[in-house]
Amino acid sequence: MKTFVYIDHFKGAVQPASWEALGLAKSFGSAVALVFGSGVDGIAQSAFEFGADEVLLVDDPALLDYRAEPFASTLSALAAASSPDLILFPTTARTRELAAMSAVDLGTGVLTDVIALEANGNQLVATRPIYEGKVLEKTVCSGKPVMATLRARAFPKPAAEAGRTGTLTKAEARAEALTNVEGYAVAENVVNLTDAGVIVSGGRGVSNNPSLGLDEMATAHKGFELVGELASVLGGAVGASRAAVDAGYIPYSNQVGQTGKVVSPDLYIAAGISGAIQHLVGMRNAKLIVAINKDADAPIFTQARYGVVGDLFAILPALTEAFKKKLGK
Amino acid sequence: MKIIACIKQVPDSEAKVKAENGQVSWGDAPLVINPFDEYAVEGALQQKEATNGTVTALCIGPESAKEALKHALAMGADEAVLVSDPALDGLDTLGAARVLAAAIQKIGGADMVVFGRQTLDNGAGLTPAQTARVLGWPMLGLAGQIKVDGGNVTVERVIEEGRQTVSAKLPAVLSVVQSIGEPRYPSFMGIRKASKATIPVWSLADLGVAAPAAVVTRAELMNPPSRETTVEIITGESPAEIADKLADKILAEKVL
Ligand SMILES: Cc1cc2nc3c(=O)[nH]c(=O)nc-3n(C[C@H](O)[C@H](O)[C@H](O)COP(=O)(O)OP(=O)(O)OC[C@H]3O[C@@H](n4cnc5c(N)ncnc54)[C@H](O)[C@@H]3O)c2cc1C
Repeated sequence: MKTFVYIDHFKGAVQPASWEALGLAKSFGSAVALVFGSGVDGIAQSAFEFGADEVLLVDDPALLDYRAEPFASTLSALAAASSPDLILFPTTARTRELAAMSAVDLGTGVLTDVIALEANGNQLVATRPIYEGKVLEKTVCSGKPVMATLRARAFPKPAAEAGRTGTLTKAEARAEALTNVEGYAVAENVVNLTDAGVIVSGGRGVSNNPSLGLDEMATAHKGFELVGELASVLGGAVGASRAAVDAGYIPYSNQVGQTGKVVSPDLYIAAGISGAIQHLVGMRNAKLIVAINKDADAPIFTQARYGVVGDLFAILPALTEAFKKKLGK
Repeated sequence: MKIIACIKQVPDSEAKVKAENGQVSWGDAPLVINPFDEYAVEGALQQKEATNGTVTALCIGPESAKEALKHALAMGADEAVLVSDPALDGLDTLGAARVLAAAIQKIGGADMVVFGRQTLDNGAGLTPAQTARVLGWPMLGLAGQIKVDGGNVTVERVIEEGRQTVSAKLPAVLSVVQSIGEPRYPSFMGIRKASKATIPVWSLADLGVAAPAAVVTRAELMNPPSRETTVEIITGESPAEIADKLADKILAEKVL
């Protein structure tokens, strides 16, 4: 089977789930990595190292910024020219659009957020969560190529083999664009929640510590500092509930849940989060859930393996210290 | 400016959804406007106010989906259209995009079509971009802020890495996210107006399109493996003691 794997990147920083997709492609047969952008031969080299047999490189100044239309047209043209059986993508904001549009061009379908993909004879069967993960469906696509966006961390990441090479093929961009990129306000600390192995999240509880004698916002900043310190000792990312985001304690990009990100880390620590269903649907697939909450009846404890009924302002710093010692940091 | 807000009706997010006899069941939970689409209606109404325009809410669904359209009317949409046809059972996103594009044309086109980010049920989030592609209009996805200036629209896209400012000529298709602002509550007057509104129902024949054959189909439905979660509450004399015990428990799980 011939599989295209779209390597998604933002200004040269590759979404690690792209490599997971490459690993999956290899398990089905030959893998052709697609690298689009401007000045991206470094990414092509990485693609070889993560296992690509061939790289289709479209390096063109017109593709410097991701824009849906030219990227989709370029992908559609390449797919039409070499008829792959399958096109895999990591699931990101960009690939959802790109795959959606290219599927219109090719008259095929996209299976999104795929967590398992099996070949059954010559049919591919994808498993994906629907209804916010309350139900799973097995789904098939009768069009060709089958397009699938993979949920981050659902498939193993292959090991890179330094210096590995393969066939590099250069291809033309389809540059017709309908939108202009005017600029960016890139987050100082890009939070990559979907790829994170460890997430420590704070909720409305981070602003609840009258003994500090600070106002709500200053208290919340102090609270998130404690969340951040624990996350950093564990090499993890900082998440948040929507209540914390709505109150302006932390940006929307940190939000976990129905209207934020759906995450599946190995460890999720929720501090000062009650555990509303809209939060739970975003994190309940974490391997290990730990909750710290003042209220013994908070619903978050129904999802957690370990819990502490207590004040996050006391427990978080103590936990940070404990891990520093035990991990030798 | 003429604006169309595309919405869908879904089971409420509090619903206990499960797979039962090969069907999705949500018990007696209410069907509501897809929460993401409330942001779409809110975004559309903000533009209506900024440009002295009109908003038409558009939905594909069964007769009962009129309730979701009424919610949009109660929020302040001027008109609503339901596309309903038994042949639309099992519609996939590509089919939905083609039907929506046809309905948008039958409405008489628009300057802006606004979607929510995704639906709570299928959750694919493909329909906005596919509709844009079918129409041949620019797609401005995941907008957290919208500004219209003459024949141009500029949005701030909320992406994983921060914000990206993107502009395009109208007409354009947008999808919006939560940063657009809290959806307004239906006013008393709005609810009264909505309850009296007659909502036209268009069939595929009215749209002049054939029933789209689904490319993506469901083969099986399953409940996720249930997790055995009995919480173990860690106690101790001091935060330090609790933290020490908890850290050991976490390390023993080998998740780090
Ligand atoms: C359409 C829709 C979409 C939504 N999407 C999301 C989403 O994506 N993500 C999301 O998270 N929510 C979402 N919500 C909101 C959700 O319903 C909850 O309101 C929200 O998750 C609550 O956040 P919270 O747990 O931080 O706040 P609260 O529910 O107020 O809980 C705060 C918790 O902190 C505890 N606490 C207080 N002080 C301390 C302290 N000092 N130490 C320890 N614990 C303390 C309290 O006991 C309480 O349990 C959505 C809601 C709707 C209607």
